[in-house]
Amino acid sequence: MKALALLATLMTGALLLYGTRDFPAWGDPQSPASSYLSPVYIEQAVQQTHVPNLVTAVLGDYRGYDTMFETVVIYCAGMAVVSVLRRNREE
Amino acid sequence: MREIKEYTAGEDLIIKTSVRLLVPFIQLFGLYVIVHGHYSPGGGFQGGVLLGASFILLALAYNIKTSQEYLSIGVNALFSNLGPAIFIGVGVLCTVFGGLFLDYSALDLLIPLGPVEWRSFGIFLIEVGVGLAVMNIMVLLYWNLSSGGNMDEGL
Repeated sequence: MKALALLATLMTGALLLYGTRDFPAWGDPQSPASSYLSPVYIEQAVQQTHVPNLVTAVLGDYRGYDTMFETVVIYCAGMAVVSVLRRNREE
Repeated sequence: MREIKEYTAGEDLIIKTSVRLLVPFIQLFGLYVIVHGHYSPGGGFQGGVLLGASFILLALAYNIKTSQEYLSIGVNALFSNLGPAIFIGVGVLCTVFGGLFLDYSALDLLIPLGPVEWRSFGIFLIEVGVGLAVMNIMVLLYWNLSSGGNMDEGL
């Protein structure tokens, strides 16, 4: 069973590594993200949100949905620990 | 086993005094990081971690009971639920006023500040929610993990 799990892990890892071959090069200015998305943020974020810190503007406004679930992940971690460990003093 | 317990690092005058002096400044800096996230690196996550660390420092230097005098279990539970509720509530409120989910400019109908200013202020609102959630969940995790769930002795 352990050998099977190891085999599955290695195969998944190899598949993922094979998938990275299609990525654009690191910091490639011609990649789709750098040629369409980032310039829009850099040019328009301050006008559209009045937030000088572009990281905050992207995190809180453009990618607000992502940030919401980051918060929910932290919340779930807390609730999981409480539901496993917490017990009342009387017991 | 008993001997090890008697030499815990917490019972030390220097540590206690320095922690007592440091905690207000850590909390002030945490609030600054949350509030100033629009202009400098920072925001809800970082500021929340700083605020949570100040209470964990109290629990480490003194004990869990002392930190619970400043942040009671009830308030902690309330805030750790309130944080995500603020975030999701702001998002839902945007849809109620006719925008998309988390499109803060729709809240202009509620208080007319201008759509652009509302996007800035909406980011601040959700940062407060994130900060509350991160701070209280951090403290909650420390309390539960260090005391094995009964929240009284701790390390």
